[in-house]
Amino acid sequence: MALNRDYLGKAFPPGDPYEVSRVKIAEFADAIGDGNPLFRDRDAAREAGFPDVIAPPTFAIVITIASSSRAVADPGLNLNYAMVVHGEQRFEYSRPLAAGDVVTAQVTIDDIRDAGRNAMMTTRTEIRTAGGELVCTAYSTLVERGGAA
Amino acid sequence: MTGRVGYDDLAVGSEIGEASYPATRLSLVKYCGASGDFNVIHWNERIAKSVGLPDVIAHGMFTMAQAGRFVTDWAGPGAMVTEFGVRFSSPVVVPDDDVGATITVSGQVEEKLDGNRVVLALTARSASTKVLTRARAVVRLP
Repeated sequence: MALNRDYLGKAFPPGDPYEVSRVKIAEFADAIGDGNPLFRDRDAAREAGFPDVIAPPTFAIVITIASSSRAVADPGLNLNYAMVVHGEQRFEYSRPLAAGDVVTAQVTIDDIRDAGRNAMMTTRTEIRTAGGELVCTAYSTLVERGGAA
Repeated sequence: MTGRVGYDDLAVGSEIGEASYPATRLSLVKYCGASGDFNVIHWNERIAKSVGLPDVIAHGMFTMAQAGRFVTDWAGPGAMVTEFGVRFSSPVVVPDDDVGATITVSGQVEEKLDGNRVVLALTARSASTKVLTRARAVVRLP
């Protein structure tokens, strides 16, 4: 039941482009209870120098999950998702994601290792615009409890 | 809390306050839908307990989002988060009652960088337990 080490270094092709929308940003901000006007009010965002409403700093996880779910759900990887908890997460941004951005996300499995009784997998997701601008790199470490080889 | 933070006013060690945020079962259901992470341990108590968890637990990303909210509220509209990273050290356990859990976030300036950037060291606790460790945000101030 161990994670398949053959997936180490595997890069998954970017899926369909993801369009960041004002509605989705507002839904996400509402779900985290964040009333910041930059995430809801275009005029407030423009006054702060942005082209449209911007997304909260952790919003990129929405795009990351949409892409990495193909990796996580790949039966060949052999990951038991009910045993998975999130170990670490890091984002690097060149600018905030904003409504109107159309981006693609490329997921690469950077690391698979055991830590005690658990297995750990780190993915790197690069989120780029159609023009190739790297907006965000997200590093996610998932822990599969009891999943050590 | 809008745009009142000045880079020159901050020193290494400056405290940037504390805030508390609720996490209820409803919060988690909404976060499932908004994020697309429908892992059963965030909404199904029966399965959460069957896999050895004390109860339903919050998404780590929900907790990280509260720390992010703390940072963006503090920094104001002209600032930008350029890096944000955490380790999830302990789960936020969310009971099925009308109160849920509380996540309390605080922070201080750990380092001042060039380009009007500061490194914030953040602390997040729930039920007296540290739920985030190595939580750092780099913020570029206006």
